Amino acid sequence: MKITYDARGLAEPAAQAPCVATVEPGENGPRAVFDAADLTTRQINLELRRLIYDEGIADVTVRNPGAKHSIAVGILARAQITIDGSLGYFGCGLIDGPEIHIRGRVGWSVAENMMSGVLVVDKNAGSLTGAALRGGDVVVRGDVGARSGIDQKGGTIIVGGNAGMMTGFMLQRGRQVICGNVGGGLGDSMYDGAIYVGGKVASLGVDCVEAELTPADDEFLARKLGIYAIEPPASWRKFVCGRKLWNYDNLEPAERKLVL
Amino acid sequence: MCGIAGIIHRDGPGGIGAEMTRMLQSMKHRGPDSSGYALYGPPSDLLVMRIKLADPNEARGFGWSERLERHRNEIEHRLAKIGAMVDVLHGDQEYAYRVTFRYNGDLKPLADYMEDVPGCEVLSLGHSLEIVKDLGDAQSVADRYRLAGFTGTHAIGHVRMATESDVDISGAHPYWAYPFSDIAVVHNGQLTNYHMWRRRLERSGHRFQSECDSEIIAVYLAQKMDGGLSLETAMKQSLDELDGVFTYLVVTADSLGVAKDEMAAKPLVLYESPELVALASEEVAIRAVIGHEIDTYDPYEREVLVWQL
Repeated sequence: MKITYDARGLAEPAAQAPCVATVEPGENGPRAVFDAADLTTRQINLELRRLIYDEGIADVTVRNPGAKHSIAVGILARAQITIDGSLGYFGCGLIDGPEIHIRGRVGWSVAENMMSGVLVVDKNAGSLTGAALRGGDVVVRGDVGARSGIDQKGGTIIVGGNAGMMTGFMLQRGRQVICGNVGGGLGDSMYDGAIYVGGKVASLGVDCVEAELTPADDEFLARKLGIYAIEPPASWRKFVCGRKLWNYDNLEPAERKLVL
Repeated sequence: MCGIAGIIHRDGPGGIGAEMTRMLQSMKHRGPDSSGYALYGPPSDLLVMRIKLADPNEARGFGWSERLERHRNEIEHRLAKIGAMVDVLHGDQEYAYRVTFRYNGDLKPLADYMEDVPGCEVLSLGHSLEIVKDLGDAQSVADRYRLAGFTGTHAIGHVRMATESDVDISGAHPYWAYPFSDIAVVHNGQLTNYHMWRRRLERSGHRFQSECDSEIIAVYLAQKMDGGLSLETAMKQSLDELDGVFTYLVVTADSLGVAKDEMAAKPLVLYESPELVALASEEVAIRAVIGHEIDTYDPYEREVLVWQL
């Protein structure tokens, strides 16, 4: 039977890599640059894959990304990718390995489910930054929106500016470093991990408590901020899980009986 | 999902018709059902009214055109009867008209008298506000209503993915704040205490043409402003009095405002420069009118921002 629709649900099922990049020799191997202004999302991603996977080029620059969505998603190789501008939503999700430098800002859900590598954003980021992050470093030099690192399971999120409400919501493992102020409901329902805040905290979420900073924390903060050349705030506060929600309490006898 | 956009020129009029079309068209993926514009042209002594006499997707039975023609004549007749001096009556579609007229009386009786004509809905009424909305994407609506040459100071627009009510012009945004002149709203989200507010506002004599929750925001704000509150204060009160998730844009004759709910659940990207403020559900819409890389940010939860001309 002939399939008359695209079973993969792709908007551009027949897209081909446009092969528009110019490749020049560099100090550490060849470097590729291409202009994304007139390319569609799929063409940009196909060109990135062609350069990184097929040509084996480990240094790629994308010019004029034009705030398009879903750029550089699912890159599973070690490579340096520079985005010379701003991205829309769902940028650089599901990546495993690359070092990505975004010279502009990003929209919602950047680095969603990132496995490893480094992502540096020079300006602001939207909400849900590093949602379900598994590993690697996500660095935003500007401000981030709400719910950064929701459901984070590893890795580190570093924010040079302020963060919105419900930062670290349901954080399960990993760390967040917020140099500026954070909104209400910080660390709501977090299971584990740690959140370091340099500025003011509007309010704490359910079962999020303040903890003492240890020498290991100081070393971690100094090292991470040193790597990305971010000016540290005057002092830090550390927030962890209060572990009250780990077990059913006496107010929930029915649930407790069911589980035990 | 829906997509909303707003633009305000702080250094004099610009080509807002073409600009808003480009902004909305770049967000077509957020809502292909209908597109709408609220555009502010140069203010004039004349009132400008946009009306529709039927919906484009309703069954066109025998005598459809004749009926619309008859209703159009009735509108003209009623305008004369209520004491309005009609300047120009012009139809972009056989079911949608733009009328300019001179009239000094109260707007509510006028709007009610017009809407008493079967099928008639007053889409907008004011000295500079014009609301154009129809089914289809932004470009096709702009082409059908010839918006490419529209110049003015500020505008908002909406692409709709219908979730709560029908796909028709009555359910399309922006909503005019009946019966208050020159106020309009676009909204992305859902209001959960819609029915309560609708009953409350209906008791104060307002009419609602659609089942769409967004329609109450415009009337809610306009009523507060009519009671003496500033736009900003009215919007701040709405954060506590409207439940649900929302990011809405509101425009008046001389200002544009945005409010976000306490969950920050609906996106908005904001770009501000001395000449221009542009805001939209996605940055790609702002980039549709600004050719170079820009600095933008997302307003936080419970933020209310207002820009004056």
